[in-house]
Amino acid sequence: MKPAAFSYIRAESLGEALDALAQYGEDARIIAGGQSLGPMLNMRLAAPEVLIDIMGLKDLDRIEFTDDGAMAAACVTQARFMGRLELPRAQPLLYEAMPWIGHVQTRSRGTICGSLANADPAAELPLLLATIGGVVIAQSKQGQRGISASDFFNGMFETTLAPDEMLLAVKFDAPKPGSGVAFTEMAERHGDFAIVAVAAVADQDGVTLGLGGIGAKPVVKRFDGLAERDVKAVLVGLANSLDPQSDPKADAAYRRRLSRELGLQTVLKAMERRHAV
Amino acid sequence: MAFRHIGTSPERVEDAALLTGRGRFMDDLPVPAGALHAAILRSPHPHADIRAINAEAALALPGVAAVVTGAQVKALTRPFIVGVRSPIDHYPIAVDRARYVGEPVAVVLAKDRYIAEDAMELIEVDYAPLDVAVDPILAMDEAAPVLHQAHGSNLVSERTFDYGNVEQAFASADHVVSINTVYPRSLASPIECFGLIAEYDPHEDVYDVLTHFQGPFAIQPVMAMALQVPSSRLRIRTPPDSGGSFGVKQGVAPYAVLMAVAARIAKRPVKWIEDRMEHLTAAGSATNRVSTLEAAVMADGRVTALRWDQVEDVGAYLKAPEPATLYRMHACMTGAYDIPNLAIRNRVVVTNKTPTGLNRGFGGPQVYFPLEQLIRKIGSVVGRDPLSIIRRNLVRPSSMPYTTPSGGVLDSGDYGALVEQALLEGNFADLEDARQRARRAGKLYGIGYAACIEPTISNMGYITTVLSAQERERAGPKGGAQATATVAVDPLGGVSVSISSTPQGQGHRTVIGQVVADALGIAPDVVRVNAELDTGRDPWSIASGNYSCRFAGAVAGAAWRAAGELRTRLARVAAAKFDCPAEMLDFRDGKIIHRENTNIGIDFKRLAGEGHWAASTLPPDLPQALSVTEFWSPGVLQPPDDEDRINGSAAYGFIFDFCGVEIDRATGQVKIDRYISAHDAGRLLHPAMADGQSQGGFAHGLGAALMEELAYDADGGFLSASLADYPMPTACETPSVQIVHRQTASPVTPLGAKGIGEGTTMSAPVCLANAVADALGLEQIDLPLRPAKLAAIIEARRL
Repeated sequence: MKPAAFSYIRAESLGEALDALAQYGEDARIIAGGQSLGPMLNMRLAAPEVLIDIMGLKDLDRIEFTDDGAMAAACVTQARFMGRLELPRAQPLLYEAMPWIGHVQTRSRGTICGSLANADPAAELPLLLATIGGVVIAQSKQGQRGISASDFFNGMFETTLAPDEMLLAVKFDAPKPGSGVAFTEMAERHGDFAIVAVAAVADQDGVTLGLGGIGAKPVVKRFDGLAERDVKAVLVGLANSLDPQSDPKADAAYRRRLSRELGLQTVLKAMERRHAV
Repeated sequence: MAFRHIGTSPERVEDAALLTGRGRFMDDLPVPAGALHAAILRSPHPHADIRAINAEAALALPGVAAVVTGAQVKALTRPFIVGVRSPIDHYPIAVDRARYVGEPVAVVLAKDRYIAEDAMELIEVDYAPLDVAVDPILAMDEAAPVLHQAHGSNLVSERTFDYGNVEQAFASADHVVSINTVYPRSLASPIECFGLIAEYDPHEDVYDVLTHFQGPFAIQPVMAMALQVPSSRLRIRTPPDSGGSFGVKQGVAPYAVLMAVAARIAKRPVKWIEDRMEHLTAAGSATNRVSTLEAAVMADGRVTALRWDQVEDVGAYLKAPEPATLYRMHACMTGAYDIPNLAIRNRVVVTNKTPTGLNRGFGGPQVYFPLEQLIRKIGSVVGRDPLSIIRRNLVRPSSMPYTTPSGGVLDSGDYGALVEQALLEGNFADLEDARQRARRAGKLYGIGYAACIEPTISNMGYITTVLSAQERERAGPKGGAQATATVAVDPLGGVSVSISSTPQGQGHRTVIGQVVADALGIAPDVVRVNAELDTGRDPWSIASGNYSCRFAGAVAGAAWRAAGELRTRLARVAAAKFDCPAEMLDFRDGKIIHRENTNIGIDFKRLAGEGHWAASTLPPDLPQALSVTEFWSPGVLQPPDDEDRINGSAAYGFIFDFCGVEIDRATGQVKIDRYISAHDAGRLLHPAMADGQSQGGFAHGLGAALMEELAYDADGGFLSASLADYPMPTACETPSVQIVHRQTASPVTPLGAKGIGEGTTMSAPVCLANAVADALGLEQIDLPLRPAKLAAIIEARRL
């Protein structure tokens, strides 16, 4: 469990990081908190030639809460973001779900953007971004572009970032007024990757339901005009339509069951939490 | 003598260093000049012939000193010996054929571990995969692939035992109740994996291995014979700290041999630190076992006979001391019950899995899992609750010491009284109400019980029960369990103690300080305890080490006796000085004082110094009063008799657990509402540590019950090589256990203490399984109780 040899660049400026990315492309990996990449390096599941460490870039440490959403730049740790007093009002779903991410120790180094860029299908943050909606800012030497949440995740550990691009920041959309949210997940131990994670946002027009741990990327469904009495039937139908993976921990039938049962609990809770504007 | 320190719970002397990150573990220790770092290339195949190994590219990598393979190791060693005579050759590395995923195939020695791992990727091994035998029952089939052609079959040992009159008991029984269980593999998983530094001195032909090997030191001769040196030329030394073991670090022994040979081949010292993936894959595991158990039961719930059929899967090789897991419990196969008739059929099978070894509970969980589920089933057959079946069959205090049909001598205890005390202190009546309330509210709630015997201080002879009486006759008798301790005074009255108990975090040094302080009437801080062991210098025996809960009974007992003998000698020096009988002198508060005339006395340190400064003034027949080394072996430990009866352990504790669990209907997850664990472990030397052992033993039992399994697929592929795939409970998943104690001093051990470290690991898996089966309305259930499995049951039964 020792990594293969790699070159290490501690970027002193964004420009230096982008130059290095432009130069090495697919042979380089950005490292921020290293909570996923570190073990992958040690197990030689990843063997990049160059690691570009961006944690020294103070400019990428910004958090902004505005009327249209919450922004976290590339070096914002999960722990710092969770500690912001604006979070419960501005992003109630993130506020409810983030304690499920790993442990205090991993959250104190792991970053929001790093988890998104890693795109683990069982991780919470990709599911949350896909459910809440928003945009990620991709930056390369050539320039900057926004990628909407629905276009960002491309598959298991895959995003639509180009080899010379890094994730500069993420912006989560602000919730619609009066909406209710709920989150839960099933893992054998607290802090493990979820077997199934469920996020729900209920607004006046309907419900958005996100499921993690099901496939190669988060499954997000929108149900407009959903009434409480129909939730059960909708979830039975949804669960039956899923084709989740099987592994020694949980087979597909169990994941369908969790999607149905936890989906039902979570959607109903989110609907109950809606309030008049 | 009144105890001042024994029975209290002072802070542990070990903790200041451990809690501030200053423990001295294997990987913290200085490395000899020129040392090479080893990485082990392991077989990815469960069963394959090794046609060729090409290490050219690896050897060409700068920094690589050597690549060691099976042929080289075979040339310098002999196969390991084991307790069962068989033509199976076991070397510490695959020779021509790999038989389990993770078996060492080559060792790379390089100037650092990074380069060693780089080089590992450059070694080309030509494997020819073979058919596999994975399931132990299928492995016994004639058509199954045979692992060891020389043996001709995968069944390596079969013995049957018949005690009392089993046939008649079954013939006259009102009911015959039976159960089949499959106990899975798990691993106690210490936080520190294996590590060692091995050296070879060609001038004196001496191997020297520094490692946290935990014993039993009966394995030292096994290692020396494998290395083909007189056993005095294999020196094993232990580091100051070891980060847990729970039996597992016994398994470092084959690696010590492998790296000792590697050091010899490379002519340089070798350091090896095992990583977690290696540990989970190949360190060893508890045995998996398939059991069939039948009981002859009378209408009132009394059990009159048990008939066991056990199939033990030891993995690809029988690795010493196996098949000890199967025989450790042989003396108490009737559990805590008075069951006069007993039949046992034991079969030991090899399969394409990692060889097994010591793990906390060692054989206990595998026995109590079927036995205590059977007790529950008997209850339902005779129409009584399980608790009444337990009460009906427990060994009565008036029968103590009670001899089990297979020869165990349960030394002491009032089992029934502990059960009642536990039910009272654990508020059992309220638990039954809780179940009723929960069920009325539509919840899945169950209660489970387990009553178990916890054997203490293993008889070194029990493993020979695997041999027939004739074979034992030829091999010579084996029995006993020597423990040793040395207590010495220095010129200023400081007291130094050394013990050969190789602690792995348990706090032995604290407890020995308490014991010796009480024996000599001095303060514990005058006593300094050294628990590092050097087989080339220190007193030790084959029974030395840290296993079978032998510390409190045997090692603390030996220290007590050593200190007591030193006290006797010092009393004689003082008696000569004061011209009074030695019996009139009392040792207390750091002084030696005349019991009747307190004006007569001397400071302990002054008296101790006289043995150094004024040796010529000692009584003529007293050789010295400086140092005493005591060996103590319980007299009750004899070799097996001609009828295969064996008292497998010196003393036996008693455990009674009960618990309430709720199963989440949606997820199938088990939530432990309450867990009560009651123990009679004899005299408790340090009650806080005893509680820690129970809580920790529970955590291991909980892991085995709910989530841990070293799983293999049908093709022998290993599925649990990382902590993501082998979940262990963390603090979040481990509730606090309510611990209940009763202290019945053992008549066997010097301080009346018995072990407590393994008990709850034995009882918790079946106690939780019983509760889950109760919640789901099942007759029985196998482990682990993972949520997906329980959810499938809930779905299938439409609960």
